[in-house]
Amino acid sequence: MITVDSAGADGTPLPRRIPRSSIRGRLTATLLGFGMVALATCALAPLVGTTPISLTRALDPAIPFEQNVDAQIFFVARLPRVLAGALVGSALAAAGVVFQAMLRNPLATPFTLGVSAGASLGAMLVIVFGGALTFGSFSTVPAASLAGAAAATAVVYWLATRHGHAISTSVLLLAGVTLNSFLSAIIMFVQYLADFAQVYRAARWIMGDLDIGGYDTLIASLPLVIAAFALFAWLPSSLNLLSVDKDAAAARGVDVPRAQRLAFFSASLATSAAVSLAGPIGFVGIVVPHLVRLLVGVDHRIVLPASALFGAAFLVACDLVARTILSPVEIPVGIVTAMIGGPFFLWLLVRKS
Amino acid sequence: MASRTQKLIALVAVALAVFFLGTPLAQSREGGAGPGRIVSLVPAITEMLFAIGAGPQVVAVSSYDEFPAEVKALPKVGALLDPDTERILALRPDLVVVYGSQSDLQTQLERAHLRTFSYRHGGIATTLGTIRDIGVATGHRKESSDLVSSLQARLDAVRDRVKGRTRPRVVLVFERQAGTLREVYASGGVGFLHEMLDVAGGTNVFADVARESVQPSIETLLARAPDVILEVRASGLIEKTGADDADAWSALSSVPAVKNRRVHLLRGDYLVVPGPRLAMATEAFARALHPETFK
Repeated sequence: MITVDSAGADGTPLPRRIPRSSIRGRLTATLLGFGMVALATCALAPLVGTTPISLTRALDPAIPFEQNVDAQIFFVARLPRVLAGALVGSALAAAGVVFQAMLRNPLATPFTLGVSAGASLGAMLVIVFGGALTFGSFSTVPAASLAGAAAATAVVYWLATRHGHAISTSVLLLAGVTLNSFLSAIIMFVQYLADFAQVYRAARWIMGDLDIGGYDTLIASLPLVIAAFALFAWLPSSLNLLSVDKDAAAARGVDVPRAQRLAFFSASLATSAAVSLAGPIGFVGIVVPHLVRLLVGVDHRIVLPASALFGAAFLVACDLVARTILSPVEIPVGIVTAMIGGPFFLWLLVRKS
Repeated sequence: MASRTQKLIALVAVALAVFFLGTPLAQSREGGAGPGRIVSLVPAITEMLFAIGAGPQVVAVSSYDEFPAEVKALPKVGALLDPDTERILALRPDLVVVYGSQSDLQTQLERAHLRTFSYRHGGIATTLGTIRDIGVATGHRKESSDLVSSLQARLDAVRDRVKGRTRPRVVLVFERQAGTLREVYASGGVGFLHEMLDVAGGTNVFADVARESVQPSIETLLARAPDVILEVRASGLIEKTGADDADAWSALSSVPAVKNRRVHLLRGDYLVVPGPRLAMATEAFARALHPETFK
């Protein structure tokens, strides 16, 4: 059900503006809690895997790196993967929070506005029509998906701002959803022209993959994610008001068009970076924000950073399951996020209500 | 009374016409060299048909067919997922080669009283058995059994040649995102690629995976530590690979294949088609795995 009424993203009325002093304690406590969970997950995940490795051997400088299988498994296979999971998970979860608040729609995900479909089309075109040019440290598929995401973002923004300089959220939503279907049709058409191996690779890309095997792509996406998070820092207070009512927000001194623009572009940037790094991993962007709201309430000053931290922990944990449970065969991480996140979310939903 | 006689005469005339018109057709089908008009939707079988001398009988092929060169001039009637049933019927074939999963198409064709030959990829034995079967079905029994014997002899020769040699542990990669180690697909322990590798004197590091293909993680590749990385690229599927393409493996410097510079890139669609060229592909594998025996 799509609700656009004067309530928070999860349907509960928002509290009036909470004074800063009372929130500080809660924020610190929550962030400490979620931070510990994220840190513990990220610290433990590289130690676990299908191959038993010895950490002392992996970190032993006496053994040359070329001979040290344990070190290579730790530093080449697991660590980049865990870091990518943390980066992508937190970017998608935070983007989910922002989109849900900005669109005043609890069903919004980072992929609602066509960003992932644009990214997928870009990736698909490279996979199918080839071309293996590399741009700096970016290989072609991530670069193309980033370009696709940017193009989709631009189109949706242009459509939503055609009448006046403020973003119309209803046009944004409809344009995004329509663009999604339209691009999906083009993706299907491109796949139809492809041969089997390519169709399979394309389908596999859509399921998400964090096995990046090095730090190059990670480093290339890092500035984008950092930029997005820096912009997120400006958002929470205006999101609290925006998610209730645009006019009320304006009455309380929020520059609504500016806040909306900021929210739209920062969340799109985070999503684009995440998708270009690991494919459109589903479910993180919707389950994590709602889970966090169920745990800590609706204030975006807490929900946003808590979701970013919990998103990192969640995706790293899901990827741990994906890479170990059926070894030596792997389950695409997108399947795991949906299979673990879905039932868990429903259980929490039923228990809480 | 008179009208009844007329009707009877008309009926007899029609029956006679059908009989006389039908006879030459039926004769050519039984007396000649099997079906005169074959449509093949499976590239591997198209190759077999040409190799056993049934090429002139082939009237259309799938959109993926590229070998032998003669098929380029033939009409293309779709492929596995998009067979053009109407065009196939319009070509009035008397034998249609379909893939095992095309059961809907097969039903349609059988409803139109067309003979079909269904096939699924398997191991080397499946390929050799299929060459025999398609030979029988197309009236080239002798040629097909000769071909099977010669392929068998070539495979035996490879096996003999590498006998007693140390068998390197090999990962056989047939797909990978260019320039990176993402989306690596390797042969599992089932299927013709795995069996060809075995004949060529290599031990598949993924022999324990009971699937045709496996997508190993980088951790798994490091842990399995293959002595040789054998990458095959079908020319039809080649991405324009940059110069640094093989360098992607250098990130895994603890893998013996990388350490000892035993990453081999083989190109050509003959490497991945389970048809009459599989002996040639097996020889290419053996040459890469045991260069010293093929000097």
